[in-house]
Amino acid sequence: MALRVLRGYCKVGENELSLKFVEGFKFTKIDSPIHRLDPRSKFILTLGFFSVALMFTNIYALLVTFIIQIPAVLLARSVSRWLRSMRGGLFLGFFIFIMNVIFGTPIASSLAFTTRFFAIMSAFSFFFMTTSADDLGLALEEIHVPYSISFTFTTAVRLVPTMAIDAQTVVDAQRSRGLELDKGNFLKRIRNYIPILIPLIISAIRRSVELAEALESRAFGATEKRTSIVSLRMRGADYLVILATAAGLALATYVYLYVQLPTLAIPFEMPRLF
Amino acid sequence: MISVENVSFHYTEGGEVLHDVSLKIENGEFVAIMGENGAGKTTLVKMFNGLLKPTAGKVLVDGVNTTQKSVAQLSRDVGLIFQNPDHQLFAETVSEELSFSLRNFGFGSDVIERRVASLTHALDLDRYLSSSPFVLSGGERKRVALAAVLVWDPKHVVMDEPTIGQDYLQKDRLRQFIVQLVSQGKTVVIVTHDVEFVAECKPRVVLLSRGKVIGDGPAANILTDSSLVEKASLVMPQISSLMKSLEDISPPAGLIDAYSARDFLTPRLRGIAGAQRVLQSR
Repeated sequence: MALRVLRGYCKVGENELSLKFVEGFKFTKIDSPIHRLDPRSKFILTLGFFSVALMFTNIYALLVTFIIQIPAVLLARSVSRWLRSMRGGLFLGFFIFIMNVIFGTPIASSLAFTTRFFAIMSAFSFFFMTTSADDLGLALEEIHVPYSISFTFTTAVRLVPTMAIDAQTVVDAQRSRGLELDKGNFLKRIRNYIPILIPLIISAIRRSVELAEALESRAFGATEKRTSIVSLRMRGADYLVILATAAGLALATYVYLYVQLPTLAIPFEMPRLF
Repeated sequence: MISVENVSFHYTEGGEVLHDVSLKIENGEFVAIMGENGAGKTTLVKMFNGLLKPTAGKVLVDGVNTTQKSVAQLSRDVGLIFQNPDHQLFAETVSEELSFSLRNFGFGSDVIERRVASLTHALDLDRYLSSSPFVLSGGERKRVALAAVLVWDPKHVVMDEPTIGQDYLQKDRLRQFIVQLVSQGKTVVIVTHDVEFVAECKPRVVLLSRGKVIGDGPAANILTDSSLVEKASLVMPQISSLMKSLEDISPPAGLIDAYSARDFLTPRLRGIAGAQRVLQSR
């Protein structure tokens, strides 16, 4: 079962190992009200979802945190890519659930933790799908994050799709050498991924070293004070989003402190293995 | 034989990469697939071992439709060497790297040992057997990647940009090695932009442009056809350009490599003062 989910995660189909779930974290330029928002307001909204997801351990509250994001995704006209990222998270979600159950967490709480994972993943998928790396860098600079750090962060974001392409090529190369990812017992199947991970890590390190050298050769960091042609400006809609986030957070805190939420009753428990 | 019949292909997102491509590659043939960036060369060869399946048409390898077999099964007969060796090297030593595929294909340890020794010797890698592939130079890593595929002795060998990162000496060795493979009856298909390398090897050239075959024939015919070459964003081999400028002395048509040019020019230069001295000094 775990491997069926893992295969779904990586979609080792007849044709390819697809890493399309990365698309769910990749910015695509679309003219939508969400895309037009200032990255800072979107980040505050994302942090709001993140905080609420961390605040609750109740599955119903976490489900609401997850579901409440759907209108924003619809407004961003990015449903299919968001769904792709959710499908991509199935393996990790399943892993979180299984590990919790194995280590004695009640099934209801294990389900809640899995829901929390999807709520957080959805929030960040929503943010990265609708915010360009350039805007993200500008936003970080506006909040006085040092340029070297903001640059590193935005470069990492930019490199995710490239890494996905690399991963696909590595898988193709190893399959061409007779590697069958879904062959053998559970441990063997996990080991099958070593020939994929090592070239991927090595090429990422090589790429980062080359990138650092190229940057230094182009005078990166030569001047302390950088200027920018584009500057971010908050508009009415941005203030509205921030206000809504603050109101949502306040409501969530009130519910957390004063409201008795119903709990999910599961009539059986798994025997504790450890 | 590798038979590509009316193959079209498009990725899930994006336009058509191959459009109604048909070609037949006989066993033991040496073919260079050339064309501009994005012409569909790599996409086409990835179909030979089933990594990609056509969205229309079919690819047959020795009569078997690639949709009927897994990549691992097809790879036993079709060895595909990727452009960037860093996409496949992972083992602690060169020896282990070469053994990996043999183990995947279920070879015994005595065969593994013998084949690894033979391949590393053929590709001048003996001294690196116990070295990490990651500490080798780019050209050496490329040779390890080549050895890692040839080691299981596939019937058809497909190389994606084999000359990238190789110095002139290694390129010449590669050329000799390919000639050796072809003489052993192996089919060799290379995907390359390296016009000079192809001119020296003189294989059959399949020219792709925007997903279509625009030329197919001997290198001497294809690479001297200026309109075809231009269409595929290539340039004619330097020797062809030189011969074109020497039309007064009527060079034979299709002269594209340095060895033939030397044979043609040497007797004609004998009568020229100065050149005589140069030829004698050699």
